[in-house]
Amino acid sequence: MRETLTQALYLAASVLFILGLRGLTSPAHARRGMFLAEIGMVLAIAGTLLHHEIISYTWIIIGMIAGSAIGAAMAILMPMTAVPQRTAISHAFGALAATLVGVAEYHLHAGELSRGTMAALGFEVMFGSLTITGSFMAFGKLQELVKSAPVTYPFQNFINITLFLVTTGLFVWMIVDPSNGTVFYTMVALGLLIGVLIVLPIGGADMPVVISLLNSYAGLASSATGFVLGNNVLIIAGALDGASGFILSVIMSRAMNRSFRNVIFGAFGGETGPAAAIGAGDKTVRATSAEDLAVLLGYAHSVIIVPGYGMAVAQAQHEVREVMELIEKRGGEVKFAIHPVAGRMPGHMNVLLAEANVPYDKLKDMDEVNGEFERTDVAIVIGANDVVNPAARTDKGSPIYGMPILNVDQAKNVVVMKRSMATGFAGIDNALFYNPKTQMYFGDAKKPLANLVKELRQLE
Amino acid sequence: MTLTALLQVYVFILAGFVGFFTITRVPPLLHTPLMSATNAISGISLVGSLVLAGSGHDSTSTILGVIAVTSATINVVGGFMITDRMLKMFKKDDKKPAAAPKP
Repeated sequence: MRETLTQALYLAASVLFILGLRGLTSPAHARRGMFLAEIGMVLAIAGTLLHHEIISYTWIIIGMIAGSAIGAAMAILMPMTAVPQRTAISHAFGALAATLVGVAEYHLHAGELSRGTMAALGFEVMFGSLTITGSFMAFGKLQELVKSAPVTYPFQNFINITLFLVTTGLFVWMIVDPSNGTVFYTMVALGLLIGVLIVLPIGGADMPVVISLLNSYAGLASSATGFVLGNNVLIIAGALDGASGFILSVIMSRAMNRSFRNVIFGAFGGETGPAAAIGAGDKTVRATSAEDLAVLLGYAHSVIIVPGYGMAVAQAQHEVREVMELIEKRGGEVKFAIHPVAGRMPGHMNVLLAEANVPYDKLKDMDEVNGEFERTDVAIVIGANDVVNPAARTDKGSPIYGMPILNVDQAKNVVVMKRSMATGFAGIDNALFYNPKTQMYFGDAKKPLANLVKELRQLE
Repeated sequence: MTLTALLQVYVFILAGFVGFFTITRVPPLLHTPLMSATNAISGISLVGSLVLAGSGHDSTSTILGVIAVTSATINVVGGFMITDRMLKMFKKDDKKPAAAPKP
């Protein structure tokens, strides 16, 4: 009877999770959807607490209180600019829970588990352990505790492939000989090591792909836990999470023109583009001032703003919103063009701009907005580089050739706001800067934008 | 492969399809909240952790269980709260018709 009730609650929870994710298809009913998902989680927990094996609630209550306190503190206190870090670290927590459940399951039942269960257990601890350390590394890089530049060392690929093969070997061995604890725990340890090694060579701009991939792995670890425990709600929720991370990493890798195989094996950061000589030869750039820029923007009918990671670093989103409001007050129309990989995680720019009170209907995806640049008076690029580099369309020899970009160079005037003439992540020169239509406005985004706001106000 | 295992694979694959078709319709605008939401949902490993922490097999599994319950709860509570905090910020342009004529 109890068991039936538990299963019914699990079924309801699974349906509510799916409805919750469906809510996210539009900002209008996203919050309602999440409310459904929250109810689903409460039902799943309630159903589990009825489980006949539970004899004491003491430790459960202690763990849940501690977890709620930490989780709530993180959610309330964390600034929106830290969203990528928080996401990375929470993948680590999810994976840690799944891995520990797997390890305990082995600790308690080693020898009595069937081959099929052992295989699921192997997936659980392997995905789990590499997600734990991988996410910690990603967190460290995003928080800049660890050097965020790609770290490479000799024989990197060889070492990674060897480790991968050894771990796969151990996985097979573990299924053949389930009672051998050494094999099992060595595999967990290698999983932890692989997690560190796959994120080590990854640079900041590749983070959106990595975070999505870790999201997917964390989901797959939960799903594998469901297989081990024979629990459908775990399988379903894990599969949803796995699918979501998978789709996001495919979208991200497409937007960076990386192959699908690259994503699956997480083997990126290998090719470091040539550190091209900048400003060499007869190429000249045109620098502009806040006064001139204010006049240009003040009389523009249509403006498209292209934000990039530089805006996030400078935390200039509020100044950007002020510029938008001032242009609108003078009758101009302002839109934002968001490249899928702008920032450090999928959708990063949208969240920052929404926080700064930019209405979401002004935030346009690449496909939606790319046709509009031709009809736009001014395109302002703020702290973005590779995603607006026309070489991706025209120069077959360029490392970023084929990457979908925002067609900023088609606008009537282009303003590029940048700290210096340094190259972007791919380390290649950007022809956009030397385009006669382009004006460079140098500075750290926040202060020059504040100056621009001041000048725009004085236009009256 | 036992029948139970086969049924589990069924559930996994069908849930994967449902996830795929639902999530491909999520606009890029909401990709960050999507990630924190799926993150909160993957805190469902709490379900396995609870049984482990409460069944009192031996001290090792209880300790592992308590750590697992704590970290899964961080994900569930933190994930849903941050998702809601983000979604609250997404507002539509309410002053749209007031686009003033050019001076």
